[in-house]
Amino acid sequence: MENDLKSFVLTTARFIDHIAKRLPDDAVAGLKKLADAETDERAKVMYRCMTEDLERADASSRPICQDTGLVQFFAEIGSECKLLPYLPSALKEAVEIATSTAPLRPNAVEFPSENNTGTNTGKGVPYIEYDIVPGSDKLKLTVYLQGGGSALPGRAAVFPPSAGFEGIAAFAADAMVEKGINACPPLVVGVGVAGCMATAAKLAKHAALRKIGVPSEDPEIAEAERKLKCVLDEIAIGPQGVGGAASTIAVNIETACHHPSSMGVAVQFGCWAMRRGVLIFDGDMRAECPTHGGFKI
Amino acid sequence: MKTLRLPVTEEEVRGLTAGDVVYVSGDLVTGRDRVHERVVKEGKLPKADLRGGAVFHAGPIVAKDENGYRTVAIGPTTSMRMEAFEAQFIEKTGVRILIGKGGMGEKTSAACVKFGAVHLMFAGGAAVLAADKITETYGVEWEDFGMPEAMWLIRAEQLGPMIVSVDAKGGNLFEQNKRLFAERKQRALERLKNG
Repeated sequence: MENDLKSFVLTTARFIDHIAKRLPDDAVAGLKKLADAETDERAKVMYRCMTEDLERADASSRPICQDTGLVQFFAEIGSECKLLPYLPSALKEAVEIATSTAPLRPNAVEFPSENNTGTNTGKGVPYIEYDIVPGSDKLKLTVYLQGGGSALPGRAAVFPPSAGFEGIAAFAADAMVEKGINACPPLVVGVGVAGCMATAAKLAKHAALRKIGVPSEDPEIAEAERKLKCVLDEIAIGPQGVGGAASTIAVNIETACHHPSSMGVAVQFGCWAMRRGVLIFDGDMRAECPTHGGFKI
Repeated sequence: MKTLRLPVTEEEVRGLTAGDVVYVSGDLVTGRDRVHERVVKEGKLPKADLRGGAVFHAGPIVAKDENGYRTVAIGPTTSMRMEAFEAQFIEKTGVRILIGKGGMGEKTSAACVKFGAVHLMFAGGAAVLAADKITETYGVEWEDFGMPEAMWLIRAEQLGPMIVSVDAKGGNLFEQNKRLFAERKQRALERLKNG
């Protein structure tokens, strides 16, 4: 186990380092599609900057963006996975290693002293969410480096259910128009609808982390995603808010049942440099990476 | 392709129009929230002479080795966070070029008109592109703020492309865009409502 744990920490640290420097394949494809379809001259200048930045980051092994974010982990972990007891300390160690190798910018700031811990670890960071899968011995680890700019326009509120889809669309559109410009568009938009503010916010995060270009499995939700994408793209804030042909890379919605008299709604944004990645470890600790074709296990 | 060489003259700056695409070369400094607060609220000035210079709203990743500092990644942060301080910052330091992400508000716009300054927007997140235009990281002031918030003294060669977002003639690209986006939003939501 000791060797397995060591290798898990090092692989995860290398992966954090990797995703700070290379976008997942689906995000690259999504961005290229928008850039190719763009007609506005200023927007084209911005897309060229983004594309060139990605090429330079990859070639020189440097973080795509100086804001390497706060590190967040979403672990779908089997109850029989042998990593389970060690996961919190292993992930913390991986973050500390990646912080010095990448290097990642130290972004963990304590409240209210405003002291920067310098290591990207501290109280509540890295954030780790556990989803226990009974009987399984696998681990599916989603890693997300969320920048401050894209976190800023996030919002959540509770509506009467009569607000309906139109209310949800207006809520998301308001957030994007008021604050989305500085969230580095084109944006990944995640919307959560659930029983209260907290559950909706959690689902909004899951929605934002979904693979780009994959609609909801529920045809009604998929239709709502398509409609909301139309609304947001019609606003056409363009890359970096300079205006252009579109606003979004993807619009995803995740839902849970709500209360008859209240409906939590949350919206969470991801920037054009959506630094998200997935590692899957099987029971024998063999790893695979479905998001980054270039990552060598 | 227009390149502004630092320090710039008032005349050069007043000749720019919101929407122009420009590059910047020469010595500039980084400065974000804490730097602005120290200048405006605490009334302190850095040793670096900022007259005719540029302040880059950015918190870089800087590596240090035996050869000194090296800017690994430097991209713009949201300029709007500096809105409360920027007008006075321009007045106190004599800076003529602000560089950052997104645009700035009416107070800064008025100061740009009064003192002869502009705001340039650099593509947010494009931190390697920007770092590759930084030829030297020759010093740091106010390092007590920590790496992102310190004032880094950097030399740039053809930093850009950047779009003039606030000019010295009252033009403000993002304020204009915000109104446009709000109108489009209304229309899009009405269309949704009417099926």
